Amino acid sequence: MNHAIEFEALAKRYGALAALDGISACVPRGRVIGLLGHNGAGKSTLIKLILGLIAPSDGRLEVLGQSPWRAHALRRRIGYLPENATFYASLSGRELLDYLARLKQAPRGQVAALLERVGLAHAADRRIGTYSKGMRQRLGLAQALLGSPELVLLDEPTTGLDPQASRELYRIVGELRADGRSVLLSSHLLAELEPHIDGALILRQGRLLAAGSLDALGEQAALPARLLLRPREDAASGLLVRLDARGLPALLRPDGLLELQVPRAGKLPVLRELLADPAVADLDVREPTLAQLYDWLGAGQHSMAEACA
Amino acid sequence: MNTVLTVAGKEFRDDFRNRWTVALTILFALLALGIAWFGSAAAGRVGFTSFDATLASLTTLGAFVIPLIGLLIAYDAIVGERDDGTLLLMLSYPLSRGQLVAGKFLGHCGALAAATLAGFGLAVAIMQWMQPPAQTLQAWLHIGRFILSASLLGACFVGLACLISVQTADKSRAAGLALIGWLASVVLFDLALLALLVVSGGNPVERAVYPYLLLLNPVDVFRLVNLTALGDGAGNDLLTGMTAHHGYPPLLLGLVMLTWAVLPFAWALFAFRRKEV
Repeated sequence: MNHAIEFEALAKRYGALAALDGISACVPRGRVIGLLGHNGAGKSTLIKLILGLIAPSDGRLEVLGQSPWRAHALRRRIGYLPENATFYASLSGRELLDYLARLKQAPRGQVAALLERVGLAHAADRRIGTYSKGMRQRLGLAQALLGSPELVLLDEPTTGLDPQASRELYRIVGELRADGRSVLLSSHLLAELEPHIDGALILRQGRLLAAGSLDALGEQAALPARLLLRPREDAASGLLVRLDARGLPALLRPDGLLELQVPRAGKLPVLRELLADPAVADLDVREPTLAQLYDWLGAGQHSMAEACA
Repeated sequence: MNTVLTVAGKEFRDDFRNRWTVALTILFALLALGIAWFGSAAAGRVGFTSFDATLASLTTLGAFVIPLIGLLIAYDAIVGERDDGTLLLMLSYPLSRGQLVAGKFLGHCGALAAATLAGFGLAVAIMQWMQPPAQTLQAWLHIGRFILSASLLGACFVGLACLISVQTADKSRAAGLALIGWLASVVLFDLALLALLVVSGGNPVERAVYPYLLLLNPVDVFRLVNLTALGDGAGNDLLTGMTAHHGYPPLLLGLVMLTWAVLPFAWALFAFRRKEV
């Protein structure tokens, strides 16, 4: 059993509406996979299916080696942080985790350690009603880690977190990966997510647009790299003309930089040439980002669904 | 079962935390003491009267108040969690939907029963202490029966509240339905029976059916349990008069109440299993 999650021709229909329309992919164990898509793409439906809260209309779904539909015991091995997590406002953080630990039959000793781990030890005995959004989100992460789950589902986990808290969250995600646990991270903050995931599942309108490791996806999409050039004084127009003649039309940006796109394959010869050009004062290479990949996928009818994320 | 008790324990403690239980205890104690003290004011005297006379008035009052409290305490059990966004979180834990509803039902019933026992128990203790009347074993039995049946009546309406909570989409709608449910069972049902009685002119068929129609409403069963036990002159002459010639075995009444406590709750369990989340 190599996969934390595996699905084939998985569909969920509500009447005529297909929330998920026969998608196939898998999430390998021990990896951090991003689940990407706009609102209504089918992310929440997929998460509910994985949690066994709704039944698939069609297809096969296996989570940690078994069908999750109404498999209550399976949920002991899964941690879940809902989007916009809200909790019982009248309980304290510690009381909430105590209660949930009992439900999950997790060791009660974990509660204090988890509160410490997410940086809430100082507020453990305060009512959750007095917590800030960021604190509630961290409490949500703590409850998702109760019982040391093999699979952790995080739905928009950094919403409402300040940059420092987001870094903390991704640090914990990194620890989970190092510990061999599988993480499915749903988010729309692509740039923020990119450095922290091994692969992605990209959904749009219930269809799987792409699945695979980020490298493989970038390779397949063959998106061009972007070069930013700072020309020497008064050399911009000459440089523009030369680039144009070379078949590399560039754009003069308001900040005085020249921006051009270079195919991945031909990047190195162009770079060598530009480095030798006396008109170039500085040069910056921007690799295609997840956001660009996402835009590219969204713009056309491309589909790159591989077997595995 | 452990999971159900964990959920029930949380709900029970929540009712304490929200001051529900304490407020109800005080309310029940004050009602009981007030009725006991002023119950014979019409006869020109005040002071503690016999337990039986007090119980008869309490039964009439309890039949109004307890269903309302049962509904208020639990109408948001599920729909409240849905509104607050905690339902999905709860269901992502290793418990079935049935266990969640059962835990909530038991927790609220427990809180209501605790308030009933503490409130009326406190009132009885104060009456005993201030002006100990000579109590017979019979009177103590009546008190025990009253507290038990009041708790069961509460459970009937906590069950109904759970059903409403499972079936509605938002809290305000659930609150509205709960009030309609209260009005229907406490006021409209009896009015309808009275209207039936008047219109039919008390023909023999209807006289035979009428005692059984009362069993359709747990509020009336609660009255029957207590008033028929207290006997004539206990207060509710209309009810005792209309059912005077019909003997209700106490066991049957108990079973009917239990059925009414279980039925809406079981329906709630069934309905919740089929709900999309």
